[in-house]
Amino acid sequence: MDINSIRLHYEIPGDDFTIAGEASSNVKKMLNQLGIAPDIVKKTSIAMYEAEINAVIHAGGGEANIEITGEKITIVIKDNGPGIPDVELAMQEGYSTASDYVRELGFGAGMGLPNIKRYSDKLDIQTEVGKGTVVTIVVNIN
Amino acid sequence: MTVKEFAQKTGMKVLAGADSIEKEVTGVYVCDLLSWVISHAGKGNAWITVHTNLNIVAVAMLAEVSCIIIPEGIPVEEATLKRADQEGVIILGTDMSAYEVCANAAKYFEKVYT
Repeated sequence: MDINSIRLHYEIPGDDFTIAGEASSNVKKMLNQLGIAPDIVKKTSIAMYEAEINAVIHAGGGEANIEITGEKITIVIKDNGPGIPDVELAMQEGYSTASDYVRELGFGAGMGLPNIKRYSDKLDIQTEVGKGTVVTIVVNIN
Repeated sequence: MTVKEFAQKTGMKVLAGADSIEKEVTGVYVCDLLSWVISHAGKGNAWITVHTNLNIVAVAMLAEVSCIIIPEGIPVEEATLKRADQEGVIILGTDMSAYEVCANAAKYFEKVYT
């Protein structure tokens, strides 16, 4: 563990769209305050937002743990939701299992996971059907 | 051109975020898929959407757009306006359609999408 790292923790409430995105917005503000380059801040906050929204939409919420060091930003979004039966399929742009209600809100276009991959330098998804999913996103600072 | 000037020239109303009204507009972006917006809208674009739920404020912040434009006189939820005021996100309202806003914007922005 890097003793100079900054660690942040957020609870992600389930099915509460009024608060969805709050953790990502706070992390974005923190990164800006730390003077991280704007393009890195944008990448990080978009990737985290998509993962946060996924946890709200599909898993009834979860938690976000963020570690910021001089080299990289690591975001771990953990939920106790239904898991992803076929990760490869879920990674395909346009594939979505979101409800009509979620789609009416402008989500569920099947772009969440592809966006996370696009904006992260490293993406790891550990998932087990019936148990939950852990999404780890790494964005390099340099 | 600032959001204030753009709103004045095109007759749009400021519904929220009046304190941030001097932000620079770089062009216009129209889309209602939120994931598409956060990954494709240009920084400083004026974003036109028919969505009025709370999430548009978070998306506007992440995409770093200069303002949100709600077309066709669609009413915006009070909670959305309140959040936008808190976060310094400008929301403009107009009776124009998205197309009419774009047609107007084309008079002022050489390259509408940046």
